Amino acid sequence: MSKIETTADRAVPARRSASGTFARIARYTLVRGLTLVITVIIGVYLAILIANGGGYVDKIREGQIREQISLSIAGNEALRDMTMQERREYEQNLVAIELSRRGLDQPFMVRSFRYLWNGLTLDLGSAEYLLSDSGSRQVRNILGERLGPTLLLMATGQLLLFFTSVFFALFLSRRYGSVIDRIVVAMAPTSAAPAWFYGIFLILIFAGLLGWLPFGGMVDAPPPPSPWLRALSVIKHLVLPVGAIVVSSIFYTSYYWRTFFLIYSSEDYVDMAKAKGLPSGAIERRYVLRPTLPTIVTSFALTLIGLWTGAIVLETVFGWPGIGRLTQMAINLFDTPVIVGTVVIYAYLLALTVFLLDIVYAIVDPRVKLGGGERRS
Amino acid sequence: MTRLANLFRELRSYPSAVAGVSVIVIMVIIAIYAMVTIPYSEAVRLWRGGDNVWLETPRNARPAWINNFRREKLPESIIMKTTEDPSLKTVMDLGGGLATSDMLFEFDYYYDAFPSEISMFFTAQFKSARPNVSIKWVTPDGREIRLTDLTVRQSESYRISQDSAVSRRLGGVLPEKGLFADPNDPSKVNKGTYQVVVEGLVFEEGSTLDGSLIVYGQVHGLAGTDHRRRDIMVALLWGTPVALAFGLLAAVGSSLTTMTLAAAAVWFGGWVDYAIRRINEIVMILPLLPILIMVGLFYSRSIWAILGVVILLSIFGSGILTYRSMFLQVKQSGYIEAARAYGASNARIIFRYMVPKVIPVLIPQFVAQVPNYVFLEATLAVLGLGDPVLPTWGKLLNDAYTSGALFNGHYYWVLEPAFLLVVTGLGFAMLGFALDRIFNPRLRGL
Repeated sequence: MSKIETTADRAVPARRSASGTFARIARYTLVRGLTLVITVIIGVYLAILIANGGGYVDKIREGQIREQISLSIAGNEALRDMTMQERREYEQNLVAIELSRRGLDQPFMVRSFRYLWNGLTLDLGSAEYLLSDSGSRQVRNILGERLGPTLLLMATGQLLLFFTSVFFALFLSRRYGSVIDRIVVAMAPTSAAPAWFYGIFLILIFAGLLGWLPFGGMVDAPPPPSPWLRALSVIKHLVLPVGAIVVSSIFYTSYYWRTFFLIYSSEDYVDMAKAKGLPSGAIERRYVLRPTLPTIVTSFALTLIGLWTGAIVLETVFGWPGIGRLTQMAINLFDTPVIVGTVVIYAYLLALTVFLLDIVYAIVDPRVKLGGGERRS
Repeated sequence: MTRLANLFRELRSYPSAVAGVSVIVIMVIIAIYAMVTIPYSEAVRLWRGGDNVWLETPRNARPAWINNFRREKLPESIIMKTTEDPSLKTVMDLGGGLATSDMLFEFDYYYDAFPSEISMFFTAQFKSARPNVSIKWVTPDGREIRLTDLTVRQSESYRISQDSAVSRRLGGVLPEKGLFADPNDPSKVNKGTYQVVVEGLVFEEGSTLDGSLIVYGQVHGLAGTDHRRRDIMVALLWGTPVALAFGLLAAVGSSLTTMTLAAAAVWFGGWVDYAIRRINEIVMILPLLPILIMVGLFYSRSIWAILGVVILLSIFGSGILTYRSMFLQVKQSGYIEAARAYGASNARIIFRYMVPKVIPVLIPQFVAQVPNYVFLEATLAVLGLGDPVLPTWGKLLNDAYTSGALFNGHYYWVLEPAFLLVVTGLGFAMLGFALDRIFNPRLRGL
């Protein structure tokens, strides 16, 4: 629920040729894309430094290697005749070979860059405990399998939230001071609680007390055989988590945007348009919605960024088989490669969100120039 | 001072601000009460639990006040101890070291539901020969049911509910149901006065025997208990200071540092400004929650370590850009020029002239941020990364979630911490909204 300054500078309508706009957006997109790639690289590197802070993860790995080797030596009949001294030397030797094979004998700086590359390509080796549904131990496969459900849930929830609240806010700004408007203003502080929190109540009411909708999961178990029924079952399971996303933010976003629309509809040029006798729909589209669009997009971007990581608990609460639920499972099992993988995935998703919104921003706000520092007012 | 007085006068005209302030004041009072009545170490000890801390409370009991809303009354726990009430015990010396030590536990049971468990505990002192007890259950209609015979060690517990022999004698029903059931309609409670008769025998001079009977109810105290018999009230009380401290410290810490950084960026300009903006871009794509999860897993789960990382990561973000644009305007003001002319140092200009100028904008934002951090603590706890020793609201929710409270119908377990979280969050959010309108005149009347 971050706030953007309400007294943002106002747009001056400017006309440019279509080709000029296209070149501008293309150049802008390229530069933004490059900056974001660099940002992601640095971000992932930081995440890896944190994950491996003080060589903690390496120590775990080294311990595992030692244990494996000493177990295999203990079980090896051929080595029975060796003395303790010989056997220990043999073991040390094997450990050293294994360490250098995995690159653990290199200095940390060198290793960290290899980790960085592995992290960026999501080549994180195999998970320690978790399996993908198809039985693979590869972190990449495990994450890939979970990406779809997360995208489905978040895209549905966020698009629904965005469009409902924009239209609801326009509706409220037209009925300024009415009962429903006052109710929304009074309800705005309820958005202080995150989506998963409302999720608990929705589960309690609709699954626990009324029994209309399932407690969690993504499809019925066992999944219905026909694709139509399966889709229907997924939709049924989507209702509550999406509902939680919408309910948790709708009052605040509606209140915030309605206030914004009200401020802009008291501008002189709006009065002028009214005096000209333009229909109210045209006034809203051309004189209210257009200058406020950049700010709306910005505030939506910030909601999105907040929601991405909020999904971790939302999915946990609803047992939704996405990245968030995976993160929670990995935490409980202490599965380091998977945890690092989810951090990287979330960094990618956030960067992608920022990137897409930058492009949308460049399209809706004609003033955006390269390197404009005040984009996020 | 007059400005402050004006602010309070203005606040009073907003009902939401009054409500918000009252909630915050009540929460602070609860927090102080919790810290005074249950010291920190006691709270940790109680929440860690163990064998002897929560022996006398029922498992998963609902709060006692729900009986006021039910026609069928749920039982409260009945606890009787010979150590506390010596009249329950009659000792008769038989000579030669031999003595009887009989106990009679008599209690009225007029509830409409069965108890959740029945247990007996004995303590004995002896040198080598263990005392003997034989226990018998007498129902209101005079039936006698033999329970068991025991030789008692120094401390002996007899869980009647888990005694399969008793269950078999009652015809295969659970002892806590069978012992209280109406013989004509086994689904109903046979109301009346019950007796548990213990015939004890000690074999040595100076040997003593004490016993207690606990009929665990289905309700307990103001808040109920959890799956480990802990009184939820402890966590509700202690969660308050933790939530307030976490929320306030995180909000104050992050907003003050953000503002100082933004002021420095604007004042020094050049590469400082550039660096801060680039760092900001990087931090914006760092996912806060996964990073916190890694810190919790690999470094420390202590709530204060997490708090530090939260502040560190929250310094950057959209806020810094807002402040930056404000400071850009402040930098042009005449009084900054004047300060520079008299030779004020950089630090003096930043802390004495620039930062105070935007503090009014900061206050509503800071108040409105508090609930986010209060919920962040709960979020981490729900993910299983709560503070390992302290009881918090989030940890209650986590315990409830992992033991399927909603699925099993233990709604109170979820609703109580959730209610406190909502109330606290709403209190700060409502105050923040009101302050926002007072400090942002453009919003007034909207």
